[in-house]
Amino acid sequence: MSKVIEGLYYSETHEYVRVEGEMGYVGITDYAQHELGNVVYVDMPEVGDEFEAGDEFGAVESVKAASDLNTPVGGTVEEVNDALEDEPGLVNKDAFENWIIKLKLADMAELDDLMDAEAYRKFIGE
Amino acid sequence: MNNQYYSKLIFELSREGRQGYSLPRNEFVNHNLCDMPAQLLRQQEPKLPEVDELTVVRHYTNMSNNNFGVDTGFYPLGSCTMKYNPKINEDMAAHPDFTGLHPFQPAGTADGALEIYYNLQHSLAELSGMKEFTLNPFAGAHGELTGLMVMRSYHASRGEGETRRKVIVPDSAHGTNPASAAVCGLEVVTVKSLADGTVDVDDLRPLLDNTVAGMMMTNPNTLGIFERNIATIAAMVHEAGGLMYYDGANLNPLLGRCRPGDLGFDIMHINLHKTFSTPHGGGGPGSGPVGVREGLERFLPNPRVVKVSDDDGDSFMIQHGEESLGCISAFLGNFGVIMRAYAYILTLGHEHVKEVGPLATLNANYVKESLKDVYELPLDVVCKHEFVFDGLKDKSTGVTTLDVAKRLLDYGFHAPTIYFPLLFHEAMMIEPTETESIETLDAFIEVLRKIAGEASENPEMVKTAPHNTPVRRLDDTKAALEQIVTYQFE
Repeated sequence: MSKVIEGLYYSETHEYVRVEGEMGYVGITDYAQHELGNVVYVDMPEVGDEFEAGDEFGAVESVKAASDLNTPVGGTVEEVNDALEDEPGLVNKDAFENWIIKLKLADMAELDDLMDAEAYRKFIGE
Repeated sequence: MNNQYYSKLIFELSREGRQGYSLPRNEFVNHNLCDMPAQLLRQQEPKLPEVDELTVVRHYTNMSNNNFGVDTGFYPLGSCTMKYNPKINEDMAAHPDFTGLHPFQPAGTADGALEIYYNLQHSLAELSGMKEFTLNPFAGAHGELTGLMVMRSYHASRGEGETRRKVIVPDSAHGTNPASAAVCGLEVVTVKSLADGTVDVDDLRPLLDNTVAGMMMTNPNTLGIFERNIATIAAMVHEAGGLMYYDGANLNPLLGRCRPGDLGFDIMHINLHKTFSTPHGGGGPGSGPVGVREGLERFLPNPRVVKVSDDDGDSFMIQHGEESLGCISAFLGNFGVIMRAYAYILTLGHEHVKEVGPLATLNANYVKESLKDVYELPLDVVCKHEFVFDGLKDKSTGVTTLDVAKRLLDYGFHAPTIYFPLLFHEAMMIEPTETESIETLDAFIEVLRKIAGEASENPEMVKTAPHNTPVRRLDDTKAALEQIVTYQFE
């Protein structure tokens, strides 16, 4: 049973956005980290990079597979989670605590296209 | 049975001052190293293991007993075509007339070798429906890169080198396809699969425009399903001005029956170490010949081997084409591997080469049908050379595909390819090949059924497998994160 947190926004490609003011913290869901297995590398963008919703912003590599990361919402990268460079396994420890990028959101209305916790729980069949 | 002492690392067996061999006097000890930069000169003696000859022999003999290969057991690794490598191939390749060849000897003194090289180019062309082949690439992925460089050269020759940069790859593709395209400086676009695992033509259509360089496909695809819409897809890509690339990893079921050239492909590679029975051993040497349709041969890499016919008969020459994309390997590829593949083709001949695909297909379907009541079969259709299970049917035990794969090792079988393709969560990709007997297939089926039973009765035992192998479960994460591949002296 994967953890799904209320109040976050979820994409079909298993990323989440946690919104704080005009900032959005983007990471992969607990379900995604569980499916991937132990993460050994997280490829992250540069601060200042701009993305539109759905764009690939990096990749996460595990012992099982490498997967692209797609941002559920558009925006400008304000910060990347540097801790993941040395310790990519943090994503497995707590995927929601260890976000990957912090975006300055371009359009709050894009959040309406994403799933809430209940819809995501249904989406992953739990 | 392995001896544990001699299975230690060779450096752990080292004893200071022990010698196994006396080397001849070093005549170069006072040799003037001319202008060699100081930082390249060794400052201290190399740390070599100090062991006697018997220790070396026992160490490596014990190590070799840990090998698992096609010669020791069944190896149903999906997408790899681990067929038997007939020993006649080895006899031919080991002939002193070939092993004594030197790449720098004058071409005129190696006419026979060049003739074999030329003949294999043409056998592969005939079997695949291509116009010309190069045998220079050293592996499948190297062939993919070479083929994509041909694709780029073609577009560049038409003044579209900068505008046509998009390569379309199905989401079920081998990982090498997008990787090769990226290495070639092209942009990868993914096209989705339908529920039956084949390319979604409706998802493909909007991707086709004047920025498309081409599309890469393997047929049958990685689920072992023949792409029935291949002619339509090829026509659509050609209409948009792109080229069709065939990933030859899955050529085995089509061999001598159906030719990629006739399906509309323009460029392809063949893995000699899959379809043409040359060894995969230890990661190589492989060989990934690249074939092209008429009109593209001028872009093939240098050097090329050509036949010249005159009044004195045929002779074979090494040529360098001016429009060629350049060299992608030293000399003419892995000649020993080329020799083996040629021996294989001649052994089978026109008649028997056609039996490979149907037998490979029959074997795969036999295994699939015999197990589908206990393993989840997402696509319950006739497959070609391989098929994919989505783990055990009964998921309630918590036993995963990884656990089943590990448990198989305890029974002396190599594991199938697992967690690929990515379309399913618990993918288990099985390719028996045509060279296995029904007794071997039955034994494999029996063991997989037994493991399914163990998963219900004693899941913990399966989750902690393997139990009988020289090493148990390895720490994959640590191996990926801390890559220490040299001996750590204290």
